[in-house]
Amino acid sequence: MKKYFNLFGITEELVNKIISQALSRGGDYCDLFFQYRSTRNLHLEDNAINRLYNATDMGVGIRVIDQEQTGFSFTEDLTLTAMKKAASAAAAIAASKGSISRSDLKIQTFPNYYTISRTWDSVDIREKMPLLSTINNMVFSLDSRIIKCNVSLTDTESKVMIINSKGEVATDYRPLFGLKVVVTAEEKHRRETNMSALSGRYGFEYFKGDVLKEVSQKAVSRTVDLFKAVKPDGGEMEVVLAPGSSGILLHEAIGHGLEADFNRKKTSLFYNKMGEKVAKPFVSIVDDATWENARGSLNVDDEGTATEKTILVRDGVLVNYLHDRISAQHYGVQPTGNGRRQSFRYPPVPRMRNTYMFSGPHTPEEIIKSVTKGIYAETFSNGQVLIGAGDFTFYVKTGFLIEKGEITRPVKDINIIGNGPEVLKNVVMVGNDLKIDNGTWTCGKDAQGVPVSHGLPTVKVSSLTVGGI
Amino acid sequence: MDFQDRYRLAAWVMDYALQRGADEVGVNLINTEELEIECRDGKIDRLEQGIQNLLYIELYKDNRFSVHKSTLLKKNYLKGFIDTALTFTIYLEKDVFRSLPDKNLYPVSPENDLKLYDTRFNRITLNQKINLVSHMENISLNQDNRIIAATALFSEECFHIIKMHSNGFKGENHTTSWAMGSEVTAKDKNNKLIEDSYYAYTRFFKDLPSPEKVGKEAVKRCLQKIGQSKMTSDIYFMVVENSEVSTLLGMIFSGLQGSALFLRSSYLEGRKNQKIASEKLTVTDDPFMRKGLRSGYFDSEGCATHKRIIVDHGILKEYYIDTYYGKKLGMEPTTGDRSNILFNYGKKSPQELMAEIGRGIFVTDFIGGNFNSTTGDFSFGIIGFFFEKEKIVKPVNEMNITGNALTLWQNLIEVGNDPYQYSSIQAPCLVFKEVFFSGE
Repeated sequence: MKKYFNLFGITEELVNKIISQALSRGGDYCDLFFQYRSTRNLHLEDNAINRLYNATDMGVGIRVIDQEQTGFSFTEDLTLTAMKKAASAAAAIAASKGSISRSDLKIQTFPNYYTISRTWDSVDIREKMPLLSTINNMVFSLDSRIIKCNVSLTDTESKVMIINSKGEVATDYRPLFGLKVVVTAEEKHRRETNMSALSGRYGFEYFKGDVLKEVSQKAVSRTVDLFKAVKPDGGEMEVVLAPGSSGILLHEAIGHGLEADFNRKKTSLFYNKMGEKVAKPFVSIVDDATWENARGSLNVDDEGTATEKTILVRDGVLVNYLHDRISAQHYGVQPTGNGRRQSFRYPPVPRMRNTYMFSGPHTPEEIIKSVTKGIYAETFSNGQVLIGAGDFTFYVKTGFLIEKGEITRPVKDINIIGNGPEVLKNVVMVGNDLKIDNGTWTCGKDAQGVPVSHGLPTVKVSSLTVGGI
Repeated sequence: MDFQDRYRLAAWVMDYALQRGADEVGVNLINTEELEIECRDGKIDRLEQGIQNLLYIELYKDNRFSVHKSTLLKKNYLKGFIDTALTFTIYLEKDVFRSLPDKNLYPVSPENDLKLYDTRFNRITLNQKINLVSHMENISLNQDNRIIAATALFSEECFHIIKMHSNGFKGENHTTSWAMGSEVTAKDKNNKLIEDSYYAYTRFFKDLPSPEKVGKEAVKRCLQKIGQSKMTSDIYFMVVENSEVSTLLGMIFSGLQGSALFLRSSYLEGRKNQKIASEKLTVTDDPFMRKGLRSGYFDSEGCATHKRIIVDHGILKEYYIDTYYGKKLGMEPTTGDRSNILFNYGKKSPQELMAEIGRGIFVTDFIGGNFNSTTGDFSFGIIGFFFEKEKIVKPVNEMNITGNALTLWQNLIEVGNDPYQYSSIQAPCLVFKEVFFSGE
């Protein structure tokens, strides 16, 4: 705790003054979210690493909760005067003159789900630069049709300290990296672009073995395969979701609808559906903050609550929402550690972490063989959902036709659209090959972006609308 | 920090970086003050306020380039930050095209007031704002007994940027923006939830629509959707609502960027002075529009802005070329930034156009999907209405449109008379023929 107090230049006495100011008009609860974040982005374009973006950010977000109402303010100036001013602004929400009992500050301890050996801050940029140039060289050596390659490596370290009016103190050190390789290829005056990406809460030691080779090969094969790709006929058809990044289906189709704030506000299609059967008995879905080094993992959430593996659907039955403190209080349950925020400039709201479906009883081979005519969807982007109606959509960046039980030609430029609850009911086969995706996924909600991941075993959906010709 | 303090700090940062060895320096010092209120169930659900200060430093050293951002603005800290930033920069590879813009590209002197700052900012009391947003929520919630939830929002923001370049440019922008919106959820007789919203964004408080209009419009949009279903996959006429045209126009703009041309990832490469759309499409980029949401006399590089016709009766006339990609591509820089977009508007309303077409789909939302800037291929989810004559027959959803941007824009057959005023893209409704919709 002392290390973090020194980082933010604060003392226990100062913290008490800020909390007193925040609760000066009443309120049930208050928390302070201190954050220091450093980010570096190296960029390779046109065969040269000639761009660097470097950022340092520090400040505090002050939140006051009065029943279910939230007052929030932030400041980048960590002096007593500036923080008291922000605390007064957050206090404006409170109207119930009351006093809550206060106790001495006490540090909480949590498990560590992202042990690393080399912190990004400790790595000189001259050590990072060869990663980018190696990928660039590999990409061009893999296929003569490649005409452009862009590589970008971003590493971030965030140090947070959450102190609340109950005297609870939580700290967390959060490493994160993201690597993107974007490739353009040309064949007979036709051009195609595609990409591959890697991300996780790892340190610099992650880059060993064949990591660079694999990310380069994926970017190249996904791009040049598009020259062979066809646009499928549009309409309703069977869709097989490949293991890994297809987990976006869970994120969009069910995950957002189970964020408890939407249910508390009665705007989710899962409002009042707890305990109902929503899928076949072999379907179980979890939102898990504890997956080692995954992009969405958290030791503690942004409200200072311990994180966990939260089962959402058990054996086809809806069993849990994703809670922050406000919704947990509303429903009379324990918070699930899903209170997250983009930075100290935002109040926390219920958000997903790593969302995935457990493996099921079928083999990937029997799933594909069972399809006469359909799509095998492998990588995705641009997921979106309407929380109330449950209508969702995602774009297939890499996929294939399935014809008579066989994966045949690649497909391109198709959008898949469906309705969350209907699609869950239409999950008719679940493979035994769960895979968590390690792409650079960022989830947007309330104008805030947070890193997440998701996963899926091979899954067959009996009917989805596919945009085609 | 007041204005003068911020000017002094920006000048100090520039001088210090030069003194420590930078060849050229660009400094942006940004101050943002914002407030947001959200009202639900007759109570304020969320009240957020904050003041943000951001410093961006662009460093040029021996043809090397880097950008550094800090929210820590104390000089003692910044000295170490700038020293480290310069060390980082030296490690990078050379890029002979990197430099500050040529001095001749900077604006000469401020001209007319573009009316971007509203003096009412910070002069409306918190209670007045709370009353306004509460009233708006009440209007939405009590319009119809099928409405089960409503959330009303109000926000205001004041933005101030000081921009300085070591080769002589000094500029400042001081703007305000206001937003009001309502999000509503209704339940149909089968207990299915339907949602929609209505938002308005303006530079001046007095230009916001009334809370009644916002609250009622959100409800109208929501209730119209009750009974949505998909239709048979087929080719239909498509009328796109004015507020949604930006999704389709984005396909053109993404292909006009200098970076996309250089990376060979633009389907519009080599198409200047060629026909990329039907003659119904004329699009003008106007940075001098009074009260415009993207108006200004200089762009993000500090270069003077100009009013330009981008597409003239379907012919592509201009790209968006910043000074860096201009040098790399051997092209004259224009600007890399889009400002306000105006159209040559038609004479008919959406209703008149639908009556004329006879039968088609009126798209009121695009949901998800993607556009491939390299090939021009797209696939977007849509929500809207099937119409026959000027009458809405049924609401539709869970459908996709698929095609190629060049073909789609060539199939633009009519332009409405209804510019969307709450966006920097002031599009009218557009009518396209022969659009493929995937559904049942």
